[in-house]
Amino acid sequence: MGSLYGAALRMTRNPADAEDLLQETYLKAYRSFDTFQEGTNLKAWLYRILTNTFINSYRAKKRRPEQTDVDDVEDLYLYHRLGGLEAATAGRSAEETVLERFTDEDVKTALEALPEQFRLAVLLADVEGFSYKEIAEMTDVPIGTVMSRLHRGRRALQKALFDFGMERGLTGGRG
Amino acid sequence: MPFSDHERCADAVGWLYQFLDGQLDEVRATDIQRHLDECLPCLEAFDFEAELRQVVARRCREGVPETVRLRIIGAIQAEYRSVDGMEGMSPSH
Repeated sequence: MGSLYGAALRMTRNPADAEDLLQETYLKAYRSFDTFQEGTNLKAWLYRILTNTFINSYRAKKRRPEQTDVDDVEDLYLYHRLGGLEAATAGRSAEETVLERFTDEDVKTALEALPEQFRLAVLLADVEGFSYKEIAEMTDVPIGTVMSRLHRGRRALQKALFDFGMERGLTGGRG
Repeated sequence: MPFSDHERCADAVGWLYQFLDGQLDEVRATDIQRHLDECLPCLEAFDFEAELRQVVARRCREGVPETVRLRIIGAIQAEYRSVDGMEGMSPSH
């Protein structure tokens, strides 16, 4: 239940909606369990119900229009901003230490700052570990669209992380 | 014409996400791996991206509050009773 709850929180961005979404998902799964094919992936099946339920019910009651695109951010954005090769080779652990300085809150806030379609792609791939094909089925878009959302979403996430880090004074210097 | 080093690096970085996602065909994945074996800057950059992904996944883990767990178990029990009219499922502790 933990990983579904986490995904519901990242999707809805508030605990009350996440609880409702999680409950609805479990009830739908319970009611339609006879459609689950034994031998297929139960986790993917549950996430498909979760994602569909989110897209269908929570998008409808959105209070304000949401940004639907992300800025173009270059490849390796965070790596270069955090000192690149110099920092990476200065001590094998240098770059890991920088990344470890980001708190749960930093990462969650950066992910939740992404517009919905990018947030879903990054969440399902990088937090939950689903393949392009599985995400395409869950979000009902072609694989090429998943890849494009994922690539742009990941780079936007790096920029958001860097910006939050800057605000907290984490990523200001190289030394 | 053979690639210059710079072009090889740009090519590798262009495939970075699909490589880390394990979604490249074997021939191209082998090409990228060969480049990483001989190019320290690209190897470090790829390692950084892989590490970042692990950090993102780890930082997003959530425990389920007991109230939420009980509410959902309760909802499923109510559903079960209303459908079957039989004895409820026992909550798992």
